[in-house]
Formats: sequence, structure tokens, C-alpha cells
Amino acid sequence: MSKVTFPRMGESWRTFKMLLEDLGNEVVVPPRPSKRTLDLGVRYSPEFACFPLKILMGTYLECIEMGADTIVTTGGVGPCRAGEYAMLHQKILKDLGHNMKMIVFEPPRHYPINFIRNVWTLNKARISIGGIISHIKRAWRKLQALDSVEKLSHVTRPREINSGNTTRVYRKVLDWIDQAYTTPQIIEAEAAALENMKNIPQDPQRMVLKVGIVGEIYVLLEPASNLEIEETLGNLGVEVEKSMFLTGWTRDNTWNETTERMTVTEAATPYLPELVGGHGRDSIGNTILCAKRGFDGMIQLAPFTCIPEIVARTILPRVSSDYDIPVLTFFLDEQTGKAGMSTRLEAFTDLMRRKKLLQLRTNCLTG
Amino acid sequence: MKAYLGIDVGSVSINIVVMSEAGDILTGLYLRTMGRPIEVIQEGLKEAAAAVPPGIEIAGAGTTGSGRYLAGVMVGADVIKNEITAHAVAASMRVPDVHTVMEVGGQDSKIIILRNGIVTDFAMNTVCAAGTGSFLDQQAARLNIPIARFGEMALSSGASVRIAGRCTVFAESDMIHKQQMGYQLPDIVKGLCEALVRNYLNNVAKGKEILPPVVFQGGVAANVGIKAAFETALGMPVIIPEYFNVMGAIGAAQLAMEKAAGGNSTSFKGFAVTGLPYRTGSFDCNGCSNVCEIVEIYEEEKVIGRWGSRCAKWDVI
Repeated sequence: MSKVTFPRMGESWRTFKMLLEDLGNEVVVPPRPSKRTLDLGVRYSPEFACFPLKILMGTYLECIEMGADTIVTTGGVGPCRAGEYAMLHQKILKDLGHNMKMIVFEPPRHYPINFIRNVWTLNKARISIGGIISHIKRAWRKLQALDSVEKLSHVTRPREINSGNTTRVYRKVLDWIDQAYTTPQIIEAEAAALENMKNIPQDPQRMVLKVGIVGEIYVLLEPASNLEIEETLGNLGVEVEKSMFLTGWTRDNTWNETTERMTVTEAATPYLPELVGGHGRDSIGNTILCAKRGFDGMIQLAPFTCIPEIVARTILPRVSSDYDIPVLTFFLDEQTGKAGMSTRLEAFTDLMRRKKLLQLRTNCLTG
Repeated sequence: MKAYLGIDVGSVSINIVVMSEAGDILTGLYLRTMGRPIEVIQEGLKEAAAAVPPGIEIAGAGTTGSGRYLAGVMVGADVIKNEITAHAVAASMRVPDVHTVMEVGGQDSKIIILRNGIVTDFAMNTVCAAGTGSFLDQQAARLNIPIARFGEMALSSGASVRIAGRCTVFAESDMIHKQQMGYQLPDIVKGLCEALVRNYLNNVAKGKEILPPVVFQGGVAANVGIKAAFETALGMPVIIPEYFNVMGAIGAAQLAMEKAAGGNSTSFKGFAVTGLPYRTGSFDCNGCSNVCEIVEIYEEEKVIGRWGSRCAKWDVI
């Protein structure tokens, strides 16, 4: 029987593993990207390609060692070159002597036939259409549960009294959700997980800063590719809100371009009326939306050489001064040393804290 | 009398400052790191202890720079702060209405934008070394000019030669090409100063609004050629503070003083640390596939600090 694998993005693998197994596939779970993943990825990728291509290249090679022969991944529309990565990966792997079967999901709204054909290929158990829909719905619910627990971890970490507590509890409750199978079980595990997270001893008096993270989706969602920036910020007393979650993104790109996305685009339009591919326009729109919601600062994460984010980067200083919100950009590549990032994050936190204290003082005096 | 200790451990230099409560610099040392931070910190502290007037009590200690954690655990620092904040604090102490701080050090360069006394934006060089002191050091060595004379030589030139500043490799090949064409050395040196400034403004300061007063600090501020090139490029005067090369350490001392003002007693171990044996060791953690290299520092056979892991596993001593 064929063995299926897929790209790893944060904790979402727990859902994809369940769904693919439900459809009757044997699954190879992609390992967390490590130094070895990077070494392999860098060795077999074009030098000028962006970081996500290299990490995925390394991940696929590791999965092949573990017996995978089929890769399920996404394509994409628009000018970002990531839409071509599935074909590029397949060609490189072929050159290396691995004849991999690639199943590439394009946005179903634009390519409905592609969607149906792919699902049918993966439906090894020959489940009925109704069965497939209910499996997808349950998987979706699990993905939502994973996202909601992660979101809560960003709230509790900066407020925790015992450092490291949130990370420990988060790891534990992820397993509960992982083990839940039926929809009631998933809902129960999610409730228990959230309850456990809320019970972490916290200091309600602490001055916590709020920072929004925007940027390219892969480096946003896979902590191993962004040097665990959310954890680092949480430990510095910063509550993080990511502009993108898989449940958010997939929703926008599958069923309907929701009002949420419209507002992001609308917000960005005065600065960037064109679609520049990837998430360049979203980075600008979300920065504006977060500024309106009173965030203390924004961080943009981008793979080195990512054109959509470079475009956004050149516009963000204007947004920053128009909306009086500090913005810090990180271009990520294969560097694994955390010192440079920590220094900048510490300085950024100092900047936001002093600004906030000054604002509070002025408010006291005037109001 | 109470005084505060500030230590800035950079890649090229280690700076140690003892500052009185009134903000007077009692000692300001600029020492070369020479790849041996532990020894240089110990020797520097010995020198500082001998130089301060008798009756001084160190009421707080702060460290900054890329080696801040190392220095912090060695001396028992009350404040361990990143160099951006430390430099901004020092600059606004010395030039209270400062709006722009340009700092060019050995391995990095930064720009800090302040408005109404608070930092509103900053940037550090990320991808290249063309705008830093190391580049000048290297080129001065190649041209066989002592780095201390580099600036004067640039000023003696009447017409500069244009040298590519984008990347040190381009700059070097451009320089060799120009020198082989027969250009005068002072003109090449002046061109190099302009190339560094151009690179700094295009790369580090890109997108930032540079308003006067502009303060220029860090080791490279000693170079009058660079100062002149900055003034020409910006079209405004550039202020070099008196203690330009130890500003990071001054900032660290100031932050330690602010911390002590909150009523905290110092955890400074005293100048006695200059006599203690320190050593470092390292091992690979096999906890996961990252195989992080963990570095440990020992004080008299006791672990006082660990670095290098991507998770928090080894943080607790």
C-alpha cells in the first residue's frame, strides 16, 4: 500500500494524519524540521529559492527515508512562486531517483474538478460521498480545536507566574486533542484543554503588550521556521496574535472569500491596490486592522527573497507612521542562531513598553 | 560614594564604565575583545578597580552587548539589557533632545530613532558587514595604514574615488581595480569612507526619517573621515559625544542605576571575580533532532550559566 505524507505546519499534522487515515491511507507523519532537515533541504534546492521550499524539500527527503511514496500538498493561484513548488519538488526528487506521486490541491473554488479528482485518489477505503464529507467536517473541527488552544497559549504565556508553565501544559493538552476521534470527543478534549490552560497560575496585574504577527503563511505557522518567535515574545511578556491560522486561511480560500478577508483587502487598498501574490496585501491590511484595534506593535515575518513580503515591507513604514504603530520585520532563512532575533525582540519590547507607559501617564494627566 | 558599573561586551571591543550617581564617568575603558571575552572582562575589571577613587561603593551593575549574558553571570549583573536600548539610553542622557542615534560598531551597525525622548524605531544591519568597523579594519590592514590614521588620510584627499559599497567583496575588487589604475591612496580611502556611509544609509537606515540632532557613536565614530562623509551625505552636523566609544556601557550603568533607584539591592559579586577561575565547556543535547550545542560556563567548577539551546530545557541552572 502506498504511504502518504504532507507538509508540516505547526500542529496541523494531527488533523491531516487523522483525515488521511480515515480515507484508508497509511500515513508518514512529517518530522519537526530540524538542523538535518535544513541541511538536506539546502543541499538539494536552488540557492535563490525561498526558505519554505528548502524546508519542505528537506522534510520530503526525510519522509522518503521513512517510506513515503505519495505527497499531498497545495498549489496556489496568484503571482507567488510557491504555486509552482509542488512541480519543482517533484522534479528535484525525480532527479534524485525518487518517483513520487504528487497530489496537489488547488483552491477548490477555482478548480472544483481538481478537488474532486484528488479526493477520489486519496479515498482508498472507497467511502461514500456522505462519509467523506463527514470525515472532512470532523477533521475541520479538530483543526479548529488545535487553533483555539494555540490562541489561548499566546494569552496565558505572557501572564504566567511560573515561567515555562504554559509551554508544558500546552504540550500535554495537544495530546488530548490528538487522541480524540469522534466529534463529541474532540469537543470534550478541547473544553478540557482550554480549562487546563486557563487554570495556569497567572498574574492579572502584569502590564502585557499586544503584538500582531503578519507575513508569509509558512514561516508564520511553522515555529521551527521562525525560531519559535511566539514563545520568545510570550516569555518577554508579550501577547501575540497571528493574523493567519490554517482554519482562517483555508476558510477564506475554500468556501467563500469572507467579510473578514474583504476588510483586510479594503484596509490595504489605499496603500496597495494590486494583488502582489502570497500574503503581501494581507500583511498591510492586517497591520492597519491591528493598529485600529489598539495593538502595541506589529511584527512582519518573511522568508528571505520573498517578493510579496518585500513589497509589503517597503510600504509598511508609511502605514507605521500613519497609524502610529511600531513595525519590526524579520527576514528568515537558514540561520538558526537566536541571538540576533532575541536582541531585536528585546529592544522592540522596550520600545513598546516605554511608549505605552508614556501614553498611560499622559492619559492620567489629561483625563 | 555610590557608583554604577556598566559593561558592554561586543565582538571587537569590551567597554567598562564606572559612573557616579551624578552621571560623571569615573573610569571608561575601551579594550579589544581579541576573541577572549572572559579574560578581557577580568583584566578590565582589575584595571577599573584600580582606577576608581577610593571610597566608591558599586551599588549596581549592568551588562549589554552580544556577550551580555556571559558578562552578566560572571559579575552578577542587576540588569542585562540589549545594546539597542543601552545605546539609546546613553545617547539621550548625553544629548537630551537627540532624535537620531547612529551607532557603528565592529560587527554590527544600528540606527535608533527617538522622538520626545523615547525610542520609536530602530534597525540593525542584517545581511552584510559592509557598513561596519570590521570592514574598515580589514581594508586598512590591506592598505597597510594604521586604522587610527585612516580618517585623517581621507580628509587630506581633494577628490574621492567612487567605490562600490554594497558588499565588501565588490568594494574590495573595486578598490584594487582603482588602485591599479593609479589613483592616490588618500582618494581611495576617502572613497571607502563614502562607500561605508552610503551602504549604512541605504541598508541600515533605509526608510527611516533622520532628523537632527544626530548623534554618532561606537568605535567607528573615532574616524573623522566617516564623520565628514556622514555630514556631507546627510547635509547636517553630526554630534560625537565625549565618551562615544563606551556609550553602550554608559547605558548599561544608567539602567543599573534606574533599577537600584527602585530600592533593589545589587547582586554585583564585587571586583573579586577578577581572581576567580572561569572556564567553559560544551556538549550536544540529544533530546531531539535539533541536537543543539549547549555551552556552559563554570565559576570555580560550578555551572553559572548555559546557552545555545532552542528550547528552555537547559535554562534552569
